[in-house]
Amino acid sequence: MAEHVKHESHHDGGPQHRFQLEGVSCAGCVRKIESALQSVPGVEDARVNLGDRTLAVEGDVDAAACVAAVESAGYGAEEIRASERELREQQRAEEQRHYRQLLWRSGLALGLGLPLMAWGLVTGEMMVDSPMQQLVWGAVGLLALGVLVFCGGHFFSGALRAFRHHNANMDTLIALGTGTAWIFSMLVVAVPQLLPEAARHVYFEASAMIIGLINLGQALEVRARGRTSAAVEKLLQLQDPTARVVRDGNEVDIPLEQVQVGDRLRVRPGEKIPVDGRVLEGHSLVDESMLTGEPLPVKKIEGDDLTAGTLNKNGSLLFEAEKIGADTRLAQIIEMVKNAQSSRVPIAHLADQIAAIFVPAVMIIAIVAALVWFNWGPDPRAVHTLVVLTSVLIIACPCALGLATPMSVMVGVGKGAEYGVLVRNGKALQRASDLTTLVVDKTGTLTEGAPKLTDIETDGDADALLTLLASLEQGSEHPLAEAVVAAARDKKLQVKPVEDFEAITAHGVRGKVDGKTVLLGNRKLMQREEVAIDAWHERAEALADLGRTAMYAAVDGEAAGLIAVADPIRDDAKVAIARLLRLGLRVEMLTGDSSATAEAVAQQLGIDRVHADLLPEDKEKIVGELQQQGQRVGMAGDGINDAPALARADVGFAIGAGTDVAIETADVTLMRSSLHGVADAIELSRATLRNIKQNLFGAFIYNTLGIPIAAGVLYPLTGALLSPVIAGAAMAFSSVTVVTNANRLRFFKPTEEEAA
Amino acid sequence: MLTLLVNLAGLLLIAAIVWWFWLGPKRHTAETVSGSDTLQILVKDGVYEPDRIRLPAGSEATLHFRREDASPCAEYVLFPDLEVSAQLAVNRDTEVHIPAAEPGEYPFTCQMQMYRGTLVVE
Repeated sequence: MAEHVKHESHHDGGPQHRFQLEGVSCAGCVRKIESALQSVPGVEDARVNLGDRTLAVEGDVDAAACVAAVESAGYGAEEIRASERELREQQRAEEQRHYRQLLWRSGLALGLGLPLMAWGLVTGEMMVDSPMQQLVWGAVGLLALGVLVFCGGHFFSGALRAFRHHNANMDTLIALGTGTAWIFSMLVVAVPQLLPEAARHVYFEASAMIIGLINLGQALEVRARGRTSAAVEKLLQLQDPTARVVRDGNEVDIPLEQVQVGDRLRVRPGEKIPVDGRVLEGHSLVDESMLTGEPLPVKKIEGDDLTAGTLNKNGSLLFEAEKIGADTRLAQIIEMVKNAQSSRVPIAHLADQIAAIFVPAVMIIAIVAALVWFNWGPDPRAVHTLVVLTSVLIIACPCALGLATPMSVMVGVGKGAEYGVLVRNGKALQRASDLTTLVVDKTGTLTEGAPKLTDIETDGDADALLTLLASLEQGSEHPLAEAVVAAARDKKLQVKPVEDFEAITAHGVRGKVDGKTVLLGNRKLMQREEVAIDAWHERAEALADLGRTAMYAAVDGEAAGLIAVADPIRDDAKVAIARLLRLGLRVEMLTGDSSATAEAVAQQLGIDRVHADLLPEDKEKIVGELQQQGQRVGMAGDGINDAPALARADVGFAIGAGTDVAIETADVTLMRSSLHGVADAIELSRATLRNIKQNLFGAFIYNTLGIPIAAGVLYPLTGALLSPVIAGAAMAFSSVTVVTNANRLRFFKPTEEEAA
Repeated sequence: MLTLLVNLAGLLLIAAIVWWFWLGPKRHTAETVSGSDTLQILVKDGVYEPDRIRLPAGSEATLHFRREDASPCAEYVLFPDLEVSAQLAVNRDTEVHIPAAEPGEYPFTCQMQMYRGTLVVE
């Protein structure tokens, strides 16, 4: 990597293309290819690296022409696209250069402007009366022109270009403001007798100072903006630039971009997984917290999936690359975050509309204000007219208005990614901030989604009964049966073979284990088989009230006991629900379970609205009904069987990020399998929207106060006009303020820590 | 006399601004992209060039944005109605994929709306 950058910089960041070669095996091929490329127009240098079979071409060339040249020499070539990271490095270097350039321009302009201003303030002699003064100020004027051209030339060329396209932007305002001040001053210098004596004032210092200050402001803005994309930067750094590929039995380090699907890769302890793949050999613990927020490392053995960007902790793994480059999950997450970061928020609509007509409107206001001063203002009228015209043009800042929302969204969405909250776009972010109701799917969201055996009650030996029941259920695929078998396995009980197994629909199961007839099922089954269960009935009811599903067991026609199975509530569900309620949301639970079980779960979690006995399609209907009641509904689910409801809701939260489908369709994807993510997302969206409103408010207030003040409404009170230099300073720092305020969002922290 | 002249000049200027920026006929540099062409859009000095791009309806297209303005204003291009956005690299082509869209006009801008262009799907 470092080498590449060095290489780039030595020919001034010019274009370089790299190609993967095919069929190259000897030094002769190298010469052939290199000479073939010399005939391609634009090629400055072409070098083949035989070791990794790559070709590097320098110069401004057409990549396709290079490929054609290689092919005509009898080999194959394919361009290697620069990795995201390399591009970013280059962009950062570019940004740095721009930053230094702005500082340099600013320093030069202020270097002229500050002494001039000091002279004006100290001596007060900025007037042109004598031929000597004409000469001196004429020289200063030429210096100021130099500043306008060298330090502010980009404002003028931008203004001109925009003007030709019937467009006006910030450059227009700056160019007009500083240009007017300079032309007026030059007029004073050239023909002072045209103006009354009191009006023979020069404003060269204003032109220079404004250019200097605005360049300084832009430099600070570049710096502040760099920080807004810190989140994506962090994600990009999850991948190392090289990967260790096993080829012909040897392990070689190659650049990440050259890894192909099907390559076998080796990761040693402490290294990052370079691409998505499947473990072929070895076992290890892998830390996936950076992508899932799951704090405990996950055990990986042969056949398990690995995700690029996660950290291999303690074992060496050999794995096969399945997804590379832009197809990896990490790349998709980065892509999604970047897209969301630059998407629009509906709240910005008004600001957008204003920004579209802002500059011409300000130009008109400036002319009107200047004319008012010219016709009715006190003497020296010419000077006042000029100051007002310049100040209004300079103080107006379309940037602050235009930057208000994008900067906050950028930081807010990036911050979300840090907490495992992926927001689809600005619209979703805004909607999430004003939800009134959250509908939660129970299974997989509030509960683990896998039932567990919670109780086993018998007069005899519990383990013996469990052995019998597990033996009976081992062939069944019912989720409750799985819970029984799993419990027996956990207790290391030996399961016995079962004979005459029979599943009785809606009742239970029956079979023979160890020569005994075993029954397991509900009350109906026991009644049907005429087993007396009165002794256990009360206990069964009590378990049902706790939200557990109780089943009776009978051995050889005698009631043997009870077992109860429940889908355990997630550890953090209760705290998360409490957080959501504190956020002022109405929480409603959806489930296909019977209402008794559902009520019991809801009660434990503190949810008071429950929709039970639902079919999958009912969920969407309920979301729709709530919306008709005027609620703004968020829906949290795992995205597998509640996709329509997620889509119907104002904001769909897909929990667990289990499926790619969820990432594709949900408004908000939570990498972490916890309802806390929903609360995080809502808190974050509210913080972001608050920040946006502050920015918009600030930008509106700035312009609605600044423009009248620059137009001189305070003159009757203060007896002075706003200096164009102050206007320039205000304008330069207003956009820095907006970006800085957006950056405050970087300190956002969800409230979970306090609650836990 | 001078007063009259200055006032007249000011009013004329206002009229000129209104006409030039809002009412006047906009002459655009329009370019048409068909499926196979690659169109380069130069991002420089506050202007997209061309700033009016024609695309046939119902087919995807790839636009190549070449940003030659290092100032942060030019960093992103947004097609808000199409939910497409891209970060543009300096002095390099950045490919922006435009999904198939209904006929209509879709404005594209930078984040601050200083750069403006229109995508015409027809």
